[in-house]
Amino acid sequence: MKTGPTPSPLTPADARIGPKPPLRRFHQARWDEPLLFELGSPGERGVLPPLPQVPADVVLPDGLRRTSPPALPELSQPQVLRHYLRLSQENLGADFNVDVGQGTCTMKYSPKVNDRFVRDPKVAALHPLQDERTVQGVLEIMYRLEGLLREISGMDRFSLQPGAGSAAIYTNVAMIRAYFAARGEAETRDEVITTIFSHPSNAACARTAGFKVITLYPDADGYPDIEALRRAVGPRTAALLITNPEDTGLFNPRIEEFVRIVHEAGGLCAYDQANANGILGITRARDTGFDLCHFNLHKTFSTPHACGGPAAGACGVSAELAPYLPTPTVEFDGTRYRLDDDRPESVGKIRPFYGVVPNLVRAYAWIMSMGGAGLREAAEVAVLNNNYLMAKVLQIRGASVPYAPGRPRVEQVRYSWERLAEETGVHSEDIGVRAADFGTHYWTSHHPYIVPEPMTLEPTESYSRAELDEYAAILAEVAREAYEDPETVRTAPHRSTVHRAREDVLDDPATWAVTWRAYRRKILGE
Amino acid sequence: MRIGLVVNPVAGLGGRVGLKGSDGADVQEKARALGATPHASERAVLALAELRSRLGGPFAVPTAGGPMGEHAVLGAGLIPDVRYQPGEPTTAADTVRAATALAPQVDLLLFAGGDGTARNVLDAVGSSVPVLGVPTGVKMHSAVFGATPRAAGEAAALMAAGGVRIRDAEVMDLDEDAVRDGRVSARLYGHVRVPDVPVRVQQRKVGGTVADPSSVAGIAAGLAERTRPSDLLVLGPGTTMRAVAAALGAHVPLMGVNVVAAGGAVVAADVAAAELEALVDTAPAWIAVTPIGGQGFLFGRGNQQISPAVLRAAGRDRLAVVATEAKLASLGGRPLLVDTGDEDLDAGLRGHLPVLTGHGRFAMYPVR
Repeated sequence: MKTGPTPSPLTPADARIGPKPPLRRFHQARWDEPLLFELGSPGERGVLPPLPQVPADVVLPDGLRRTSPPALPELSQPQVLRHYLRLSQENLGADFNVDVGQGTCTMKYSPKVNDRFVRDPKVAALHPLQDERTVQGVLEIMYRLEGLLREISGMDRFSLQPGAGSAAIYTNVAMIRAYFAARGEAETRDEVITTIFSHPSNAACARTAGFKVITLYPDADGYPDIEALRRAVGPRTAALLITNPEDTGLFNPRIEEFVRIVHEAGGLCAYDQANANGILGITRARDTGFDLCHFNLHKTFSTPHACGGPAAGACGVSAELAPYLPTPTVEFDGTRYRLDDDRPESVGKIRPFYGVVPNLVRAYAWIMSMGGAGLREAAEVAVLNNNYLMAKVLQIRGASVPYAPGRPRVEQVRYSWERLAEETGVHSEDIGVRAADFGTHYWTSHHPYIVPEPMTLEPTESYSRAELDEYAAILAEVAREAYEDPETVRTAPHRSTVHRAREDVLDDPATWAVTWRAYRRKILGE
Repeated sequence: MRIGLVVNPVAGLGGRVGLKGSDGADVQEKARALGATPHASERAVLALAELRSRLGGPFAVPTAGGPMGEHAVLGAGLIPDVRYQPGEPTTAADTVRAATALAPQVDLLLFAGGDGTARNVLDAVGSSVPVLGVPTGVKMHSAVFGATPRAAGEAAALMAAGGVRIRDAEVMDLDEDAVRDGRVSARLYGHVRVPDVPVRVQQRKVGGTVADPSSVAGIAAGLAERTRPSDLLVLGPGTTMRAVAAALGAHVPLMGVNVVAAGGAVVAADVAAAELEALVDTAPAWIAVTPIGGQGFLFGRGNQQISPAVLRAAGRDRLAVVATEAKLASLGGRPLLVDTGDEDLDAGLRGHLPVLTGHGRFAMYPVR
């Protein structure tokens, strides 16, 4: 009944869907598509490339020579095409569903016209090794984009090189390390402070760069604990890495005091503005005293996330930290743009060449199309959308918003289904999976779950009131099912792709297999 | 897989009428006089109903007669397989005898009750068979209960489905008379084996791995980094501390306070306060303790051997509070608690303490 091929679209769950508001009937394609490596047969070819023409004077060392052909899949072109089209039908892509459930990193709408810009040969055909006199146009875009981001953040200089948000955080940490090394304090300032509701990349990047990490937990009201900060700072403090608003959606009202306390201890302050959707044109990192900040262009400035990369991060710094920016920077002498590699105190390259140019072009186009007033309006609509959706979700039985009850949130909310789970045995993950049967989904939270049974929603400014109503109606329907027919929710999905993923396999280095070779070795035992 | 059930029908009787517990016939009588009605059986039905909905049914459940399980099994639409008939009224001795009779018949013994019931079950079955508590008591400080009755049923079903690991979990002994006086006094009573389904925190279905920054291996590495080989490490009781000791190369008993050299050798196992006070005079000593999960006590519960004199000798700078991030999350934002028996010392510990959560990772956590 739940998975059969019968053409009748009505399942028992469908029949229970009430008329107000109407929920769409949805049934996703389900292909049980094998891996590309399991398709095709020996000798099948899509294209026949010419044999390599290796010049006679090129001598490859023996260690670099293959002894056997690479183990590539062997398929025809139409087989490849069908394979990927089928996979595409098994997705809930950002352009396909009301994608507000990816809180902390909801992808806002990325205008399609911007894709035309980046596919234009003027951008797409550029080569990173071209002489800079022949790429003046893209250097101008980068220079202007830096100027816009400076104005938005109040910072003095930017690097557009990092290829993702975490790469940008790592860049900031690397600059912090270089700053203290230049002052002879590399050995003594070895601690970084963050908060448990800041993005965990802050702690991870600091650890990766060799810092010890001190995490602050929320106080009784759900805000970062300022007494814990006072206790944590000292002569070993290198920096505060903090997200604001935090993942709870709460804006830290004492953020200036946080910055002052860290500065008085001799530390630097880095503002994780990966997601600045709720504060564009309203607050500026530098005005609050921050020394560094970063934006995820793919989160706040509408460029695609590209399935975890390549995205684009932008690091902004005060004049005091500008010498440590990655090389090269883009400079303009009044007539020509040039790449400046002569920066002796730089932390070096974070990514080859310029960075992810297509996303820089998209972000530039988006900001220019919005204008200053438009950016602020986008933030205001994002905040309104979020608080509208929160009011709708709070009407659903079993849902709640922990911390600071009754206070508005900024651009996102971390909800809790704790009561529903206690009363029904249905967990947040089950609800998210069941929502996929209605053509949408949500993400729970980073681990560990500080908020029990979490759900993190972030509508951004991209979605209409009707779409938010529809999303809330889906959640309400699934919550009703949890109370009246928990089995249906727990055994979901019934109308979407395949099955549930076993996360424990991904948690264990002995079993995770992100490549075909690793899969054969670890899972198939070959 | 056979799942058995024993219910302590009077568990939780005192709670609704403010008696802070139900131990002893006189308290139970007083609770009934105040209008308390038993609800342990109803809650056991919830757990069994969850189990049935996940496993399909009906199936037979080895249990004790009447209110000690038979009624709850029937209430959930399952088939009671009565292995023990209690007297009237039921007593703690009935719980012990019922659990003893059921243990050889089952792969998992569910028990409905509170801390007192957990202690009776421990006395009866020890580590011979995994157990899991359906929470029906007034206070449940032991780490052997599902977060809710349904969560207990869910955990049992997951274990029946296979792939769930079994871990040691603490059973606490709480002095109810002291609680009625406004004091909380709990000590570690022992350990039972429970299915490792951390529903109390969340339903994440895997424990720490070597890559998990908050794993005990990372905590042990963090401890090793801070200590010199000649230092002594005084390790409090509990499964976290035993795992930390193992990661340092020392194999110590689960119970009691143990002393190891930072290099890994066991110096003294299950020491008393006087012995410990003498030891910490011989070398720089670190005190490493972990809060009781879900409850938050650092000192004064189950580790009274670490006396105020020992704490003073080590000093606040050589106090290492350790906890995985998941354990801190299980406190639900509540602070850590100290009750060393020395008010000045307690006052000095209050405020915020760095908690080692992994290699090079700390939480600055409130202490009250």
